[in-house]
Amino acid sequence: MTITQDLVIPKFNDDVETDRKLGVICSKGNLDMAYPGLILGNAALGEGVETHMFFTFWGLDMITKARMRDLKFTPVGNTATHMPMGLTPFPGMTGMATHQMKKSIADLGVPEVPEFLEQIVAAGGHLWACRLSADMHHLTDADLYEGVEGIISASDFIELTNGAQLLFI
Amino acid sequence: MPVTTMNGREIQVNDEGFLTEYDEWDEELAKVLANYIHIHLTDEHWKVIRFLREDFKTQGETATTRRVQTVGGVPTKEQFTLFPKKPAKKMAYIAGLPKPRGCV
Repeated sequence: MTITQDLVIPKFNDDVETDRKLGVICSKGNLDMAYPGLILGNAALGEGVETHMFFTFWGLDMITKARMRDLKFTPVGNTATHMPMGLTPFPGMTGMATHQMKKSIADLGVPEVPEFLEQIVAAGGHLWACRLSADMHHLTDADLYEGVEGIISASDFIELTNGAQLLFI
Repeated sequence: MPVTTMNGREIQVNDEGFLTEYDEWDEELAKVLANYIHIHLTDEHWKVIRFLREDFKTQGETATTRRVQTVGGVPTKEQFTLFPKKPAKKMAYIAGLPKPRGCV
């Protein structure tokens, strides 16, 4: 049975001024833990939400030129892989698991970390590096991905995300 | 499925207003849909819309903004300029396709 209805136009709600903001704190440098923040940040931008990403502690690897292409995934201690835990520390396991995960991600048309960051910046996202983490690793702007807007302190980030929803990953 | 009238003919849509029948769409209707959401279609818009239509035919699902960039050749930044704030959904709507189901 069909129902005839008045014209429905999707509510994109983008004519309504919104102050919705999202702050994503990326604190991990493993390949598998890099993606949740990138995917959610990117999705928020696609919904017209102002998005700020803060890379802190090991998360700094995601935006460090020398490391961002080489993040790894290890099954060691990760029961979610459903591998016998005794086997996971064997040599080559991490390399194999990383290779496999990169392949699965690529097969879905999801970009590698640097290309993903590029897409986020193109969509209007803001990338920030954590001052303390950069100092710990003796990194400067020159060592970081060019889309990073600055190295800022934790309080700068908190100020910047005033009123935002925050995700800690 | 609800039926509504657009451009003088009956069109099947879902509850949100997205077209549900691939073949009920034509380029004249795209102009009407674009007008509803206040987008004036230029050649650059048409490039995206035609890509989405063709891609859907082979893939069976709506291309994401990522795919519109990598396969369709329209950079992300440009997509946000052409279809402000919510490019993926707006492109799909005008192209008479479902919202993309992919996350990226």
